[in-house]
Amino acid sequence: MEAKKELVVSAIENGTVIDHIPTDVVYQVIRILGLEKYNDEVLIGNYLHSGKFGRKGIVKIKNKFFDKDEINKIALVAPLASIITIRNYEVVEKIKAEIPDHIDHIIKCMNPKCITNFEQIETKFDVVDKENLKLRCHYCEKFTTKETMKFQD
Amino acid sequence: MGNLKGRNLISITDFSKEEYIQVLDIAEEFEKKPKQPILSDKVVATLFFEPSTRTRLSFESAANQLGARIIGFSDPGGTSVQKGESLHDTIVMVASYADLIVMRNPKEGSSRYASEVSAVPVINAGDGANQHPTQCMLDLYSIRKTQGTLENLQIACVGDLKYGRTVHSLVQAMCNFNATFHLVSPQELKLPSSVKASIKNAGLKYYQYTDLNDVIQTADIIYMTRVQRERFPDPLEYERVKDSCILSASMLKDCKPTMKVLHPLPRVNEITVDVDSTPYAYYFQQAQNGVYVRQALMAAILGVR
Repeated sequence: MEAKKELVVSAIENGTVIDHIPTDVVYQVIRILGLEKYNDEVLIGNYLHSGKFGRKGIVKIKNKFFDKDEINKIALVAPLASIITIRNYEVVEKIKAEIPDHIDHIIKCMNPKCITNFEQIETKFDVVDKENLKLRCHYCEKFTTKETMKFQD
Repeated sequence: MGNLKGRNLISITDFSKEEYIQVLDIAEEFEKKPKQPILSDKVVATLFFEPSTRTRLSFESAANQLGARIIGFSDPGGTSVQKGESLHDTIVMVASYADLIVMRNPKEGSSRYASEVSAVPVINAGDGANQHPTQCMLDLYSIRKTQGTLENLQIACVGDLKYGRTVHSLVQAMCNFNATFHLVSPQELKLPSSVKASIKNAGLKYYQYTDLNDVIQTADIIYMTRVQRERFPDPLEYERVKDSCILSASMLKDCKPTMKVLHPLPRVNEITVDVDSTPYAYYFQQAQNGVYVRQALMAAILGVR
């Protein structure tokens, strides 16, 4: 276990660890979870050695526990990420991120004529195909897919 | 019977099959007696952020015949919208002046958004290429009126099936009524796969053609739409296919005697004028039916039917 070795990114006493993040989306994960505005320790490691992935990213967020819907949004960019809950330096739960049924706010609608691209409106999508990542806009009803997906600034 | 009071109508999927039928039944009543002062204490706002002749006049005629007062605009020029007011603020304000909002706006999804910020019900009169549910309801009314039923019909859809939102909505609505679909279009303008998937998911059949002559004998309804030149990147391609979706009177000699030709209008040249005098032409009555259907919707949503 990596935790038993010398840790490149320090352990946290309580909080959430997101492990096995692809190196190119670490900062996107941080943005999706709104951690730029989080007022406690966030430890970020990237390009760390990983047996399974070659290189990987890891994010440790002190004293932060997510609800499922919130954390599952990261599956959009890091479908193989592990979400580990730490209490008292111990792993109490380890789960895989899962694409949620609904995605609010973080993604832009790909339709340039959609009202959400003109007014300050939180986007809302229903996930109609989790395997191929196909999202239907609640407003314009058009589909945004993996290929056309862009994150909100 | 479902209660439509206070409901929004934004997308064709907002109402159930039973609720469509309820609206069509109410529309039949208004066709018999269109002038009834049942909305004389109501104000209807018609907000047209882009020009529309038929839809706006049809809504306003419907509201007038029921005694409602109408406020609104037919063009956003000269309103606060042109000064840069957000749709949010326009709708919140208008909702405080009216009992019902009818809105057309070229931005897709704008009606759904308006319904979420409005304190009064919203009827979508077209949001760009997205939805135009009252057109679909008047199509259903016209089909039921001419065929006596909505069930088990042979529906031919002709022309621009790719971009034509009226066709998409009609196909989706008719999937509730065990229809068989005959889809006639140039290769470039075939029905999108997502709409074909709705047909398959409903366990129904569709057939695709490029020549209109192939469906005339089979069809109960021929639903014509305009093939627009600007849809073709290559003008030669347009020239090659443009006549394949034109209906003329001589083509109708072997059609079913009860067959009717529908068209959401405006027509350009896809139905030649000699069809107008045949017993099969129904497109002008279809537009007239729009008034009764919109009366029915307004009355039901405002809780007087």
